[in-house]
Amino acid sequence: MRHASAAARTVAVAGLLFGSAMTACTDSTPEAAPADPTYGLGHAPAPAALAAIDIDVDPTGRGLPVGSGSVTSGAVVYAAQCASCHGARGEGIAPSPALVGRTPDVGYDFSKGERAPRTIGNYWPYATTVFDYVRRAMPLSSPGSLTANETYGVVAWLLHQNGIIDSTAVMDATSLPAVTMPARRIFVPDDRPGGPAFR
Amino acid sequence: MDAPPTPSDASPPRESHTRDSRTGDSLSRRSLLRTGGLLAGAALTPSLLGAVAQDTVPTAAPLPDPTRTPGAPSDSLGTRSPFETPRLTPVGVTGGSSWTPHHLLHGTITPADLHFQRHHNGIPAIDPARHTVTIHGLVERPLEFTLEELKRFPSVTRTCFIECSGNGGRAWNNPKPEMSPQVVDGLTSNSEWTGVAVSTLLRAVGAKPNGTWVLAEGGDAAVMTRSVPTSKMLDDALLVYAQNGEALRPANGYPVRLLLPGWEGNMCVKWLRRLEVMDQPAMTREETSKYTDPLPGGRARQFSFVMDVKSLITSPSYPGTLPGRGWHAIRGLAWSGRGPITRVDVSTDGGRTWHAAALPNGAPPLAHTRFEYLWQWDGTPARLLSRAVDQTGAVQPTADEFRRVRGDAPGYHYTAIRAWDVAADGTVTFGGG
Repeated sequence: MRHASAAARTVAVAGLLFGSAMTACTDSTPEAAPADPTYGLGHAPAPAALAAIDIDVDPTGRGLPVGSGSVTSGAVVYAAQCASCHGARGEGIAPSPALVGRTPDVGYDFSKGERAPRTIGNYWPYATTVFDYVRRAMPLSSPGSLTANETYGVVAWLLHQNGIIDSTAVMDATSLPAVTMPARRIFVPDDRPGGPAFR
Repeated sequence: MDAPPTPSDASPPRESHTRDSRTGDSLSRRSLLRTGGLLAGAALTPSLLGAVAQDTVPTAAPLPDPTRTPGAPSDSLGTRSPFETPRLTPVGVTGGSSWTPHHLLHGTITPADLHFQRHHNGIPAIDPARHTVTIHGLVERPLEFTLEELKRFPSVTRTCFIECSGNGGRAWNNPKPEMSPQVVDGLTSNSEWTGVAVSTLLRAVGAKPNGTWVLAEGGDAAVMTRSVPTSKMLDDALLVYAQNGEALRPANGYPVRLLLPGWEGNMCVKWLRRLEVMDQPAMTREETSKYTDPLPGGRARQFSFVMDVKSLITSPSYPGTLPGRGWHAIRGLAWSGRGPITRVDVSTDGGRTWHAAALPNGAPPLAHTRFEYLWQWDGTPARLLSRAVDQTGAVQPTADEFRRVRGDAPGYHYTAIRAWDVAADGTVTFGGG
């Protein structure tokens, strides 16, 4: 009440005092929410603790670590760490998915019933996502165990196997976000507004 | 696609009303005998409880008259009657799922131990005393909260469903008559959840105006991540630590998970360890190569968060049998991520005519809603359908309409009308759709 008159304020205060006297023993007025939005709870995370869990990488490359890996170094890591589940060439061994394959090519209608495998080559829109996912979740039996260099190498090998980068490419925090993925253009935002029309 | 592992196509074989939903056996004679022996033993010699519970007990006596025999003592943890054996259907190992037996449940609340499960690298063991939730990124004050601190914030309790967006996909892609409601649509469940509003926490850390997305990250071996628009976080998102009045169970996210009412279950990140306020989505694997929806024409829909209107008849259904002609209640569940269910219609003639079902418990928003239609079966073959409508006017599509708009192979967000076929002998099978 920014423009309340002095008289109105007086009345309000009198009412407040009266009400207060009447309900002194059964005050049901809740305490106001604290001015401090933290309620005095929580503490600043230790920088090292935050760094240990802040592992996401976005499409701009933000979050990528120092390090690098080549297609050839990645081939060694892939063979040792990944091939037993995903196959020597990334072809997939059920239930582990195929990672490699441009066929059917980008633009193929995945809504048809042929069950075409969705691979890094035909269905992943960002190369940074491959790094993020491999680093956080792979290998399945020992997630988070690959070094930054090993992860860059595996990603380089997978991108090369999918025909996206050449065999001499080296992936690092600069080159990886610059990779253009074939599937980048197939994704469209949700256009289901609700309402009678089914979309 | 990352469709969740599916229970065996062969749902429980048709049995009596005391079937075991997992093994398909009717409640075995041996276990009934054991129960009889156990109760009789308890009445006579409680100290022999352990002994009489063994499989070798020869007692074949029927259960004693419960009005003439003192019952069992009170216990420290309630258990189900041995005659009631609902089970999830666990599938897969580390990337597993377990499906809710809707055909064995009533009302709207899913018991916590029968809530569907879906995890991407196992169910983690987490010590709540060592678990924290950190909120950082585009904020004034990054803060790390203990579980006890989260519980000291003002709490919110609400009932809503969580549905895996892959729910129903298997019954669409590979329908078989021997599919129960559990196999058709067992990846949705409904609970009362308690926690703290994410809006309260974003105010606590001082989220900045350019922080239009929030990355949620789990502390499991998949380190699951999804990007959530800040608008949803401020609208009705919760960090929940309790389900149906007790602490979350490990498979459902213990000690704390994100809850986004009405949005796809994968986004309700379990075992939550971190929220990062960002100015764009992180484009994680789960929101790019998975949980996206191919459309006819070579495109794929992304960020399809909201679960569309849907319904499912849970009774009569496979593996049940109608015992004879006469009055039967056609019952089921309806739900929508866009708002309250306003209407459910039921057809008993394959869609030629429709009848409004009752919603006897009302229709709370973003929660499972019970519908019921009383039907007098004349003993001739019948095809049962249900069709739900939500507050936006969205109508559950037919399978043909769904296929025309979405194509033949949807991985997620499958919502078409389902059929159950009643034969002249009363047997019920899944009719697809």
